[in-house]
This record gives sequence, structure tokens and C-alpha cells, in this order.
Amino acid sequence: MSMSVTARVAPIRRRPASWPALLWTAPALCFYALFALFPLLVAVYLSFTNWNGIAQAVWIGPANWLHFFSDPLTLHAIGLTVEMMILTWVLQTPLSLLLGVFMAGQQRYRAVLSVFYFLPLLFSTVAIGITWVSILDPNFGLINVALRALGLSSWARGWLGDPGLAFYVVAIVIAWQFIPFHSLLYMTGARQIPRELYDVAEIDGAGRLRKFFSITLPQLKYTIITSSIFMLTGSLTYFDLIWVMTGGGPGYATRILPLHMYITAFMNEQVGYGSVIALVLAISGIALSLLLLRVTGFLRMSSQLEGL
Amino acid sequence: MRLTRVLLSAFSLAGGRSLPMQAEVAPTALGEKERAEKRTPEKRLSRQRRPFRASRLVELIPACCGLLWFVVAFYPLLYMFMSSLRSQAGFYLDNPWLPPSQPTLENYISVWENGFSLYLLNSLFVLVISVALILLISVPAAYAIARMRSWLTRAIFNLFLLGLAIPLQAVIIPIYAIISSMHIYDTLFALILPYVAFGVPLSVLVLVTFIRDIPAELHEAMRLDGASHLQILWRLVIPLSRPALITVTIYESIQVWNGFLFPLVLTQSPEVRVLPLALWSFQGQYAADVPAIMAAVFLSAVPMLLLYIFGRRQLLTGLLAGFSR
Repeated sequence: MSMSVTARVAPIRRRPASWPALLWTAPALCFYALFALFPLLVAVYLSFTNWNGIAQAVWIGPANWLHFFSDPLTLHAIGLTVEMMILTWVLQTPLSLLLGVFMAGQQRYRAVLSVFYFLPLLFSTVAIGITWVSILDPNFGLINVALRALGLSSWARGWLGDPGLAFYVVAIVIAWQFIPFHSLLYMTGARQIPRELYDVAEIDGAGRLRKFFSITLPQLKYTIITSSIFMLTGSLTYFDLIWVMTGGGPGYATRILPLHMYITAFMNEQVGYGSVIALVLAISGIALSLLLLRVTGFLRMSSQLEGL
Repeated sequence: MRLTRVLLSAFSLAGGRSLPMQAEVAPTALGEKERAEKRTPEKRLSRQRRPFRASRLVELIPACCGLLWFVVAFYPLLYMFMSSLRSQAGFYLDNPWLPPSQPTLENYISVWENGFSLYLLNSLFVLVISVALILLISVPAAYAIARMRSWLTRAIFNLFLLGLAIPLQAVIIPIYAIISSMHIYDTLFALILPYVAFGVPLSVLVLVTFIRDIPAELHEAMRLDGASHLQILWRLVIPLSRPALITVTIYESIQVWNGFLFPLVLTQSPEVRVLPLALWSFQGQYAADVPAIMAAVFLSAVPMLLLYIFGRRQLLTGLLAGFSR
């Protein structure tokens, strides 16, 4: 099948352009160019200006860019963002994988549980943030009430008010929010593993753990890569949840780059400098996905499929 | 779920040109499809009839873990719902882990009377117009890319794919500037225009992949009968693309319904507040009245809950934006 696709694709470059096609795509192109491509160019321009969002923007050359690499607040935000990326992956990947495999099972009770596992996907990020703020409330929240009831009053604290803890608490809530999505990916992946592999392994007397590590895990390789790329590039764009839960605080404890960008541009009215941060975010997102695809050899593998 | 874009874009950006279309969209999908084909119906049957071999004791461990995650995933939502039924005094007196001692609907009533209905209408308005516009402009674009193939449509398609890689955060500042200069800041149209622009790339991608899979013979047959492109689109492509159209509709609806950054930056007045922004300002305004806030949070998710109850499969497929097709 792929052969025929390739065969049909090849001569395209030499085909004459059909101009009606331009007409058919024009409305979509207009919207897209005006609000997605053009803004990117404007962002580049703004990054070389000093602008408070209202008055005339003043061209100041590369000053914002130079400032970016020496601003301690920005460097702190970059550090936090990297830490968030790592934490996101470490927290979410093993759990999502296990859950996905669990849900892919044929047992009836697993199907019933899955219905509930996906529920967090239905709520907006803001809704999730607000709910968790209340759950983590120092006085009336679920967590502290339970700790006190268990006689662990000394463990109870203001989870989001503690600069040493807030970051990790936020990362856990993010994991809670996104694990259903990733386990959905893994579930779909695990369901596609050929049954024969397991049948053969059973004949050879492989146990559950053995089957998981020797069949399931290797077979899910591409799902793992896919989900990891989602996670890592996605963690560059976390905004809503952190904004609602901590606003980047306490102090600067949870101010990762997207929040730093928003606060700089829209609250401190340094739009030019904010544009630099925004562009760095965009560039690192694209670079990261390309790098991951290269490193994992994903593309090489998939282009080999062409010959199948 | 913005992530979907990023990933799909990654594929196309990195290797788009050299790969066949199928692989360009989702390299795994191709492999999976072929593997799935190998699984004959016969095998599927044997899978169902397979005796339940694992002893009950071994099943106990995953079952317990599964139950544990059930509590972790579900209790916060249950807490939200239970709290929304408490009176304000009840909230401070009751044990938050248990159902309300005196359930009441007063929070829902007061939230509804405090402008919730307006915010709901605003959200619905933005959703309907945005998604309708996205479909209206993406379908012909996807048709042209899939069926009037030339270097030009190829280039346009690559341009759209590039858009998948642009994060909202990167362009929110210029969009704010553009919207202000168009004098539509603080109106619902300030939200609709960028939502449409950002909905187009993924919609086009999903639709193009689907339309390409419609047998070319059907298309040729209609051409020979003298049908115009418009007739082919209307009588052949749209009816056959229903699954893709549903996927796109659901995916984009969720994006618009739950979107927070655009409303936060591009609107200000309470009259044009959409739900996520309204929830956020509720939280600021009635910080002490947790039950009311929880009622608002729950109400805001009711449409999604209904969709989940009546179309779980479509919703989950939509969430993956056809990725697992």
C-alpha cells in the first residue's frame, strides 16, 4: 500500500499548479497567515524594541536578547522549566505506561475502571487548578484533614504556600491532569500488540513480568517515544494550571518560562523583553522535538516502513 | 491537549518531504495498521474464547493498584461534586471526605444567577462560530490539498504543518497587538479569530489524511460524469469524511471550550467573559465560598460530561485528534 502512495507522490513536483486550488485554500490561508505566521514575524520585530504595550514601540537593537542571557530571574525560570520537564517525564511515563497496559487488558472490571480514569480529561485546566487549590487548602482541604485524622498533624502544611514544596505539588497535579491522556495513548498502543506474541511466550512458560518486559515494553517503543515528545514539548507550555494555582509563586518558586513570559509582557509591561522569552520558548519547542526524533531514530525507522 | 499539535508537527517538520503521506502524519499508525491487519478474524475469536488462565491470586495485584488509581483519579472530582452540594456553613463543619450532611442546590442557583448563564452563552457562541468557521474553511482547503495536487498545494500543506509547531505562548503578544489595532479587543470576536487560525492546521491535517484515503476511483467516476469539484466535495467527500469531521469538531470544540490564555489576554469586561476565565475570576471574587466555586466548576464541565456519557468513543478519538486511528 505504501508503495502505491509513494508512486503517486513522486511526480507531484513536476505537475503544473492548478490555480483554483489556491482559491480553495485561500480562506484558510488568510486566517492562518494573519493570526499564526504574521504574529511570529511581529514577535521577532518586537523582540528588538522597547514597548509597554500602549505607547509607540522604540527600536533598541539586540539589547533584550543580551539581557535575556544575563537576567538572573530568566535564568532561574529556565532552570525551573528544565526541572519541570524532567519531573514531568519521570512522574508521568511509568504511571501512564502501567495504566495504559492495565486498561488494555480484557477483564471486565478494567473496562469499568477505565471509564473513571478518563474523567479528568473532561475538565478544563482552570477547573482542575481551582479544585486542587481547594483540596490542598491548609485548613479545610482533603489532604490536611486526612493527615490530621491519621494523627500526622505535623505533616499538614500549606502545600502551595511553601516555596520548597509548591513546585513539586504543582508537578504532581500536572501529572494527575495529563496521565489520563498518556495512558489513553498507551492503551491504544498496547491493544495493537499482536496476541500471538503472548501466546508463544506462554507456551514457553513466561510469567507476567517476563511478558511485560520482553514483549509489551519493546512493542510499545514507538508509543513511548510519541508520548515522551508530547510530554517534554508540552511541559514547555504549561501555563493555565500554574497560573491558577500559584501565579508563579510563592516568590518565584513556580515561575517557569511561560509564566515568566506572561508576567514580563503583560504585568510588568516589558513587551519587547517578553517577546524574546516567547521566541525562545517557540524555538526550544521545535528544536526539542527535532532533537528527540533524531536521537531516538524514530524517523529513520518510519522511513524504512516505506519499503514494506 | 495542545501537545498533539506539537508532536504531529515534529514528524512533518523533520522528515515530511521524504516520507509518504501516511507516515508523515503518524509513523506509528502505519506500523500499527499493518500489524492489525495481520491479526486475522480467526485469531480474534480464539482470543475471546481463550480460557481465563491467570489465577485469581495473580490478578489481585493489578486489581489493587487499579483500585488505588481509581481513588486518586476519581476522588478529587467526587470532592468537587460533593463540595458543590454543601451549604457554606456545612463546608466548614462537614468532613470533606464524606458526602454532604445536608445536601443543597443553593450554590448552583446562586452561581447561575451570578452571571453563569451569560458566560455559558458567551462560551457557546465562541465555540459554535469558531468550530463552524474552522470546518467551513478547512474542508475546502483539505480537499484542494488532497485532490488538486501540484507543487502549489504541496507547499501550502507544508506551510500549514509548520503551524502545528507554533505554541500559543509564542504569538500571544503579537496577537494582542494585532487584535488591539483591529479595534476588536475585549469582544468575543477577539477570541474567535485566533481560535480559527490555530484550529486550521490540525483540522486540515486530519482531513487531508482522511480525504486521501477515499478511493480515487469514486472521484474519477464522478469527474467522468461531469461533476464539478464543488459537487464532488458536497456529494462524495463530505458524506464519506464524517468520522474525520466528527474528530475535528470534537477536538477543536474542546480546545475552544477549555481555552484560557486567549480570553485572559484578549478580553477584560465581565460581559464578554467565557467560562474558564469566569471560573478564574469566581475564584478571586468568592475565595471564601468554596461550595459556590465548586458548583461553577462542575457546571462548566457538564457539556463535556454529557458528551462523554453519550459518545465516549468519539470523544476519546477526538482527544487524540485521530492520532490512534
